[in-house]
Amino acid sequence: MRNAFADELTRLGRDDPRLVLLSGDIGNKLFDDFKAVAPQRFFNCGVAEGNMMSVAAGMALSGLRPVVYTITPFTTTRCFEQIRVGACYHHAPVTIVGTGSGLSYAELGPTHHSLEDLAILRTLPGMTVFAPCDEVELRLGLAAALDQDGPLYMRIGKKGEPIIHQIPPVFALGRAITLRPGGDVCLIAAGTVMPEVLAAADDLGRAGLSARVESFHTIKPLDEQRLDEVFRTCAVVAVVEEHGRIGGLAGAVAEWRAGQDGCLARMLSFGTPDEFMHEIGSQKYARRKFGLVADHIARCVLNATRVTT
Amino acid sequence: MALEAMRLAVPDLERLARELRARIIETSSATDTPHLGSCLSCVDILVAAYFHTLRLDTIDPRNPDRDRFILSKGHGAAALFQVLATRGFYPVQLLETYGEDGGLFAEHPPTPDRLAGIEAATGSLGHGLPMGLGMALAGRIQGRAYNVIALLSDGECNEGTIWECAMMAAAQRVQRLCAIVDFNKWQATGRSREVLALDPLADKWRAFGWSVVEADGHDLGALVSLLSRVPDGSGLPVAIVAHTVKGKGVSFMEDDNNWHYRIPKPDEVAAAKRELGVTA
Repeated sequence: MRNAFADELTRLGRDDPRLVLLSGDIGNKLFDDFKAVAPQRFFNCGVAEGNMMSVAAGMALSGLRPVVYTITPFTTTRCFEQIRVGACYHHAPVTIVGTGSGLSYAELGPTHHSLEDLAILRTLPGMTVFAPCDEVELRLGLAAALDQDGPLYMRIGKKGEPIIHQIPPVFALGRAITLRPGGDVCLIAAGTVMPEVLAAADDLGRAGLSARVESFHTIKPLDEQRLDEVFRTCAVVAVVEEHGRIGGLAGAVAEWRAGQDGCLARMLSFGTPDEFMHEIGSQKYARRKFGLVADHIARCVLNATRVTT
Repeated sequence: MALEAMRLAVPDLERLARELRARIIETSSATDTPHLGSCLSCVDILVAAYFHTLRLDTIDPRNPDRDRFILSKGHGAAALFQVLATRGFYPVQLLETYGEDGGLFAEHPPTPDRLAGIEAATGSLGHGLPMGLGMALAGRIQGRAYNVIALLSDGECNEGTIWECAMMAAAQRVQRLCAIVDFNKWQATGRSREVLALDPLADKWRAFGWSVVEADGHDLGALVSLLSRVPDGSGLPVAIVAHTVKGKGVSFMEDDNNWHYRIPKPDEVAAAKRELGVTA
């Protein structure tokens, strides 16, 4: 995913003289092509993320389109106030990219996990929050981010994530993408956990349930029209995210749902619990531990339909 | 091109500084606005910049070639608001709405889209200088020859982002960036050299790779001459450590940190204006 990010950024940077890349002392080789194309528009800002974010805001207020890149905790929680004041209060078009999101860096320990970023960033007025499920959505979202006039947070994985969209979808920020049609239950997800969600839909299909799958790549603004549709047509709506269960996509959906009348569908939330992962393990291990795997999701959804009907 | 520097003569700048001090004190008293000591310590720096050196465009305040001034010590907003009105960004009468519910003039500068002449909404310390660095780098990328001046408080130099920014500006050799420290030796609750080990402040900036000068922050002649020499030919960002007196201009406020939060009573306003030689 990060290779696709670097590639797309280089492609866009070639034609757009407003595009500036700020990196927090990572991805040096990754951005060699960008540096070759736009040497004046690449800045290694060192291990100083607070400054980096404010510098980006100053650039954005001067007509540029800065993209800030480092590992997710350091480009979000580390410099939250700089995002709040510099980017959001000024409604400056800063694109903030967190790489290795969720449990991508499970083996690096909780300092490098990001299971709170969606929750805190979507609290900021005017902030768009975007979590592509694959590199196709990433490329489309990056181009769209540079085309709008406010701050945007983009949460991406690391490398080797499977491609979900075999053909490029119709894309707009804030518009969910239907990956699978279906009428009994709906699985709503954002980000790189999507392969598990699609596999869960397969499992449900084998159990005789027609499972719709929606990529809610934009957590904010939320596609309320699509939510309205799935909550009216499906008996169970399950929200899946590689993020804490507090305040992320499921939190956003629940907030929306609280204001709706006649929302009869049962809602389930799959995410990480209110704890740090103290033991070591791979992303695969961590997903299994927290139930972010196809068989667990399918089983829970199946049970919920039995309770509901 | 309506960009212009006013280049007022030093005696005119001194007269203006006295009048602005009087208006800041009156406004503080009338609207219960604190941070009077912090405002009075930086008036001369603001006057030197806005009425002498900065190339500004009051007709098109967003003129992309204008110099940028960022009040990184956002709690000096009461001084900045008076300066911007007098400089012609908006009518002085607009300041009569100071502190009113639903108004624009809070204790800290609003965002640039709300009030002409403002470059950054500050108030949380340690943000203005890094944003200024971003603006200076943008000027370099876009081939525009404008200067960016950021006014910091000494207390603000507690913030780590100031020093992160200092290192990046030096690494990038951003010679059109100038940090002025309003070094009045106080922060909110104590002597700035005691709260954290701030001294030797000029040496710190020097060690971080900046071209550093120390000056009397109330000597308008010295200030305009230093501001006129940005960039200074060193190829480095410029730091002016301006030695100032908190509450400057009024004997019973000078170097008394109670005036960080205290509001002057009407008789104190009258006494202050007498000392400043301002009758109106």
